[in-house]
Order: sequence, then C-alpha cells, then structure tokens
Amino acid sequence: MRYDATSAPAVEASRLVKRFGKTTALAGVDLVARQGRVLGVLGPNGAGKTTAVRILATLLRPDGGQASVCGYDVLRNAYQVRQLIGLTGQYASVDEGLSGTNNLIMIGRLLGLPRAQARARAAELLARFELTEASGRIVKTYSGGMRRRLDLAASLIGRPRVLFLDEPTTGLDPNSRTDVWAMIRELVSDGVTVLLTTQYLDEADQLAHDIVVIDRGKVIATGTPDELKARTGGQVLLVAPADPARLAEAATLLEALAGAEVATDAEAGAVSAPVTDKALLPRVARELDDRGIELAEFTLRKPSLDEVFFAITGQRADPLSREGSTPPDPPGKTQTRELEDSTR
Amino acid sequence: MTAVVAAPAFPAPARRLGLRDGLRNTFTLTWRSVLKIRTNMEDLLGLSLQPIMYLLLFTYVFGGAIAGGTHAYLQFSLPGILVLSVVFATLGTGLMLNQDIANGVFDRFRSLPIARWAPLAGAILGDMVRYSISVAVTLGFGMILGFRITTSPLAAAAACLLLLVFALAMCWFSALIGLLVKTPQAVQWFGFLAMFPLVFGSNLLVPLNTMPGWLQAFVKVNPITYLTEAERGLLTGGPVATPAIRSLLWALGIFVAFAPLAVQVYRRKT
Repeated sequence: MRYDATSAPAVEASRLVKRFGKTTALAGVDLVARQGRVLGVLGPNGAGKTTAVRILATLLRPDGGQASVCGYDVLRNAYQVRQLIGLTGQYASVDEGLSGTNNLIMIGRLLGLPRAQARARAAELLARFELTEASGRIVKTYSGGMRRRLDLAASLIGRPRVLFLDEPTTGLDPNSRTDVWAMIRELVSDGVTVLLTTQYLDEADQLAHDIVVIDRGKVIATGTPDELKARTGGQVLLVAPADPARLAEAATLLEALAGAEVATDAEAGAVSAPVTDKALLPRVARELDDRGIELAEFTLRKPSLDEVFFAITGQRADPLSREGSTPPDPPGKTQTRELEDSTR
Repeated sequence: MTAVVAAPAFPAPARRLGLRDGLRNTFTLTWRSVLKIRTNMEDLLGLSLQPIMYLLLFTYVFGGAIAGGTHAYLQFSLPGILVLSVVFATLGTGLMLNQDIANGVFDRFRSLPIARWAPLAGAILGDMVRYSISVAVTLGFGMILGFRITTSPLAAAAACLLLLVFALAMCWFSALIGLLVKTPQAVQWFGFLAMFPLVFGSNLLVPLNTMPGWLQAFVKVNPITYLTEAERGLLTGGPVATPAIRSLLWALGIFVAFAPLAVQVYRRKT
C-alpha cells in the first residue's frame, strides 16, 4: 500500500504568522497536505504563498504558529525535515555555472551518496527529465523549461517524501507546462506528497486533490476543486453578445436578473453570472431577445476556478494585475491565461 | 510514522549532523567552486589577465619614472603587485556569495540536510584555489619579464603561503560585503571603495619616503605595507621577521573582526 489515509498528514501548518517589517505576509494560515496527495495553494501574487512554502521548507522562521512535515516540527527538527523534503523554488535554484550533470552530482554528494552512486542517480534523473543530451552543458545555456526540469530533478535526488513546488510552471511555455504536469502526476503515483503553489487556477484544477485559497496572507477557502466549484451555486451562465458594443448593456441586464455580481471579460466580449435558479435561463434569453441583443454565445457550464476565485474574493485572480508585479502582457487577458507565458 | 513510500531512501531521518558530515559537505562545495573556475572562462581569464596587465602597466609606464629603470622597478614592484592581485581577487568571494544568494542556490543548499556553515566554508576554501592561480600567474609572468627571486625557494614558498593566509583573512571582509549588499555591482563598488585606499595608500608601488608626512603616517600602519615588506624580504631580501609577524597579526585581526560578523549575517539571512 502506498499511502495510508488514516495516518497523520504529510504537511500540517496551524496559525502561521510572518511579518516583514510592517507588512504581514501571513496572518494565521492553516493548511494540511494529505499523504500521497497534491495540495494546491492558490492565490494571486503577493498572497503569501511563497512565504508559506519557505517556512514549511525550513528556510524561514515563522513569527507565530506551528508547522510540521511528517510529524517533524519545522523549527525544532529542521534537520529531520530537510531529509524528507525536496524544494523547487519559484526561481530555478540550480547553479548556472555548472553543467546539468555536475549540479545533480553535487546535490547527491551533499546528501551523502558515494561518488559512483551520485553519478548514477544524476544520469537516471537526467534521462527521466529528457536532459541527457544537454547534461554536459553549462546551465547558463539552458532554456527556461530545461532549467525548470533540472531544478525539479535536483529536488528529487534524495527521493523526498514531500515535495514543495513553488510556482513550478510560472514563466514556462504551454508545452513545458504540460511536461511538468505529467512529471508531477508521475511522482504522485509513486506516493510522493506534493505541495504546489500556483497563480494558475487551471493548474490547481488539473493537479490538486485539495486546494487552499490564500489571499493577503489569509486562507479564504479550502476544499476539493469540485467543492470549491460548487460554492458559486453550481453553474455559470455565460452570455456573449454578437455586437461587443452591447456588452455593458447585457451585463447590466444579467446582473439585475441573476441578482448576483457578474464578471465581465471585455477581451472575450462575454459576461458571466452564477446560476442558482434554473428558471433564470429562459428569463435571460427572453429579456435579451426583447431588447434585440443578438447572441454569439449563450452557455451554461460548471464554473472554472477562476470564477470561484472571483466569487470568493470579489476580484479577478489575474496573476498579472495585482501587487505591482510587472505585467509582460497587458492585463485583462484572463481568458487566454493558459497560453500566456509570463516570462520573467 | 507509517511507511509512506515503497522504498524510501531515508528510512528514518538521522538525528543530528556530525562534524565529519559537515567537513564532507564543505569539500563537496569546495569541489563545486573549483569546477566553476574551470567552466567559467571569463573569471579565469580575468583572474590571470589582471595581474599581467598590472605587471606590464606598472613596470613599463611607471618603472622609468619611479626607479629609473624597468628592471630595477620590477624587482621592487613585483612583491607589491602580488599583494595587489591577491587582495583584489578576494572580491570574488563576496561576488560569488552575492550571486548564490540572488540566484536561489543558497536556498537550495539550506533546504538540504547539510551543515549550515558548509556553503560558506566551501566557497572560501574554493577561493583559495583562485588566489593560488593569481599568485602563480603573477609570479610566473613577472619572471618572464625578468624578475628574479634572490632568496631561496623555501623563502619564496613562504612568501606565497603568507599571501594566501592574508587572503584567507581578507576574503571574510569581502564575504561580509557580499552578504550585506543587494547586487553584484554594489559588491564591486563597496569592495573597491574600501580596498583602493588600503592597497594604493601603501608602499606597494612607490617608496615610502616620496610621500607627504600625513600620508606616511597612514602608510606606516597600513597592513598592506607590512605584507608588501614581508613579501619583498622573502623574495628579494631584506627584513622579514617583523613585517611578517605584523602582517600575520593584522590577518588575525581582520579575521577576528569580520569572520564572526559575516557568519552572523549569513545565519540571519539563512
């Protein structure tokens, strides 16, 4: 049996507090990662995700609260915790001045593997991450995707039981992203517990068994992806007028009929609202028809996590439009987020 | 704990880390530093071309004016250029630490079950190799230009050793700067601002008696002056004991002042 649901959680944090000067990065965060599962920590830039991971990975001391990994306290038993975890940071933390092979050998040696074993383990992981060809090259020459794969390989040398992935796909192109996802799934099937932070809602939706939504240092929602989706009232009605000029009109109308806040996506020329009452659909269709608003799209579907986030926080979870991060693309491109490459 | 993974690499985590583990970690990280010298051609080129440039420049530009002849000046200045090259090379320690922190390499190290001091110790040990290269290139090229060791091979070896001991102390100062400032550029600026007066406000390139009295007062207590005198004594003859002991005492003083500070900043950062 690979994992035991009744045993203690792999990662547990309660009331974590961290302040940097006057800013409070974490204002009492609780989270639990079950063994052999993926916990997605979701939130916009500056929400406190990285701070939480750094505390759990023994890199940062919390100002308050407790955290443990496999039952070992991250403060009192940091040395034990470090033997159990692997960490892949938001920014690739491999040595740019060394070759891929030597990076991995170095970590193997630091973990106490004999020279030959370190070399074998490095070769094995390089092959698994399709880096064999580039293994002798200095990392400075690697592409972003290759670097991220090497970083992931580096965190797996010690066969960790718990893997912390801090925004593992930020800045990757769609192909590399899919690759990283596949690797994470493979690890989970091997029994590794993964704690993953992400700004991408679809990533959490794809990978996570459980999700914790953090905003401004606080947990604002927890649950499985389905539970979170159910929160918006089950389904979402999306209306796209054929004439984009009438979008605002359609939005006002939908808001009045649905009795709930609507989300307008000007880029996609669509407006969406949570649906709790099935009778809403014919009413909206009738009203739109009465006003002569022709429709390009009129669909009912399960809400995306994006909409869930909107419903919980009252704002778009656009990772690029908040907390003063530098947007490589103009903000508001929520619809095409999965194709965006937010290159650093 | 129940078994989670079918075949865990660490059945039960070890309770503590011994000194031997720490030393092994240090040597692995020293290996890393040395590898980086080999793979980073720019660094290696800079490390060897800089002393060559100093030698050519000082010997042929200033030589005639200061000593009335290039050969005479080379005999006088080479020990000084050795000191200058090594002291400036210590800036590399701060630069590398700074880069490691900025790149997140130190975060990776800190997430590993290794001795906390190993990355610092490994970086500094690895840098000793860089300083040795700098010493070898300076001495070798100097001899090509016509410099002659007029003492003994043993004295020359002692001269090199003294330089390395001094560098070992100075690099803690550099490490402190590297840990305190934000960017590599800042490391370079702060390093140069601190080291320029120290290096050039000495008898390293120019005889003491040509300077005004107030400057002589500074030069006479400058550790670089003692080190240069000791190097001259060991390579071309002259008093050795007093300047050598004084430079060793200075090295100890610099180490005692800056190493604990650097370690403290490093611990706070990590």
